Amino acid sequence: MSEPARSLALPSTVLRADQRRAAPNLFLHRLGRHSLVASATLYLLLVLVAPLGGIGYELISMGVTGPLKSLLEPEALAALRMSLVLTALSVAINTVVGTSLAIAIARHKFALRGLVNALADLPLAVSPVMVGLSFLLLFGREGWFGATLDHFDVKVVFAFGGLLLGTLFVALPYTVREVVYVLEELGTSEEEAAATLGASPVQIFFRVTLPNIRFALGYGVLMTLARSMGEFGAVLVLGGSISGQTQTATTFIHDAIDERATGSAYGMAVLLALFSIGLLLALEWAKRRRKF
Amino acid sequence: MRIRVENLTKRFGDFTAVDNVSFEVEDGSLVALLGPSGSGKSTLLRILAGLESSDSGQIWFDDEAATDLHARVRGVGFVFQHYALFRHLTVAQNIGFGLSVRGIAKPVIAKKVKELLSLTGLSGLDERYPSQLSGGQRQRVALARALAPEPKLLLLDEPFGAVDAKVREELRQWLRRLHDEVGVTSIFVTHDQEEAFAVSDRVLVFHRGRIEQNGAPMDILDRPETEFVARFVGEVNVFPAEIDGDRATAGKLQARIQGEPPLGPAHLVIRAYDLKLWREDPGIATVQRVVTFGDRVRVQADVDGAGPIVAFFPRRSSLLRGIAPGCRAQIEVTTARAYPAANSSLIPAANPA
Repeated sequence: MSEPARSLALPSTVLRADQRRAAPNLFLHRLGRHSLVASATLYLLLVLVAPLGGIGYELISMGVTGPLKSLLEPEALAALRMSLVLTALSVAINTVVGTSLAIAIARHKFALRGLVNALADLPLAVSPVMVGLSFLLLFGREGWFGATLDHFDVKVVFAFGGLLLGTLFVALPYTVREVVYVLEELGTSEEEAAATLGASPVQIFFRVTLPNIRFALGYGVLMTLARSMGEFGAVLVLGGSISGQTQTATTFIHDAIDERATGSAYGMAVLLALFSIGLLLALEWAKRRRKF
Repeated sequence: MRIRVENLTKRFGDFTAVDNVSFEVEDGSLVALLGPSGSGKSTLLRILAGLESSDSGQIWFDDEAATDLHARVRGVGFVFQHYALFRHLTVAQNIGFGLSVRGIAKPVIAKKVKELLSLTGLSGLDERYPSQLSGGQRQRVALARALAPEPKLLLLDEPFGAVDAKVREELRQWLRRLHDEVGVTSIFVTHDQEEAFAVSDRVLVFHRGRIEQNGAPMDILDRPETEFVARFVGEVNVFPAEIDGDRATAGKLQARIQGEPPLGPAHLVIRAYDLKLWREDPGIATVQRVVTFGDRVRVQADVDGAGPIVAFFPRRSSLLRGIAPGCRAQIEVTTARAYPAANSSLIPAANPA
């Protein structure tokens, strides 16, 4: 039989061609990889870490107690409280609304599904200042609904309502995006299995869907938290940063720089930075468990 | 529970997944829906479970109309192809889920779970999570979970599709024993004919959303009603043939056909194990390839005027003496059937490999 001999000859030629292709210059390969890692790290240090380090350095060179004391002044405390309240409300509302939207997008077929899906990402695409401006256009004294709001004595612009609207808007997409992604990854079979086992829609949500998306949801909540806390443009335009009334932690820093009160600015900035570092660690943890 | 399905149709856009299907399933039987992928069998199963709605037609569970019942209240157990176990729950919690959502007391659930664990041979694994189980174990958990609320009907979608061949064989026999023990009416979907014949009391062969044949496994094997069924079940040879009474002729190949001879152009269908082939000069064919698969040998030959033909023999068959590529051979057909070529939606097989 001549067949086995023929089939033996074939692989050897294939192998040789293969070897030629699979033998890159190992030195260049390593050099390329190292320089990629080095430049990426350098970039991160320069753009992300250096500014934070700079604030810390300035704070220490000024003497830590001064700036920290300035945080205890009533204006600073009010700004901080405002930011915390806005963040808490934004997280609570956006988590519920975001999860509902995500389930609607991932699990239900409706006519405007594509549009809703795209709209949920809109806040990522538009500048927060523009968002503030468009809310002004709607709810400002001269705005479309201005007269109606005036009639019912509801104040939105330069008031708490405006701050909240702006914050809610910019922080909306994070939960939606995280949860939609995981819901689509999960598929519907566990939910269907629960239905055939006699579970009601509410039972399915709390006993099957929610446990499966809990890490994605946690990640989304943390992102919402970070975004709400750090929002500046929309709350500046809508709130006007009235000290003691509509000033937030971020607009406080802005105003402090304007007034050359660098101590207060650095104090607040460091506080926010510490908050961010805490969030970063929590995000890392959530990211690791997100895939389940 | 007796199942009756009448004129069921389901369309997805322009595609008709289930096309005016009617059949009955006897109480306590184990039925296989056999067909190639995309033939509509899984859709039918999902409609029976209430996971999908039908466009028209009726479903009766005993004498109760079940067509519009929600999946939650149908009392149907469903075993998903990829198990769909709750990944955040332990084996015991998975099995107890259907009882727990009904608000049944914990000790009662625990007792039932324990029973099912031993029935499915999973005792001792109750605290494991699905990710810590093998494919075969997951399959059993899925089955135990579906059986826990004591369904009147058990549906299994490609139950053994995702496990390897050896485990599949074990699970298959185990499912049959379990069915005989529990006695719940069961329908399972498969594209694997061996699986359908090994396990079920009745086989429904599906093709393009329609039932091609509904019968006992031996009926389907021995008396395939359509060319599709004949070709789907086992490896077959198909030739355009001339029919004269009960004799069919394709090139130099001649065969006596069983059943009603078709009028007009016909396809002669011969199973690969329903023919004899031996070395003979001049004979009617030239041997092309001889391949050994464990205990069987597959011989491919080229019939003069008819084209390639495949035959299976036991490894030690005396017919194989002297058979080698290039030699001439004589062929005798032991059993064959013929079907009208006009009705066939299939292209004649040029090479039934």
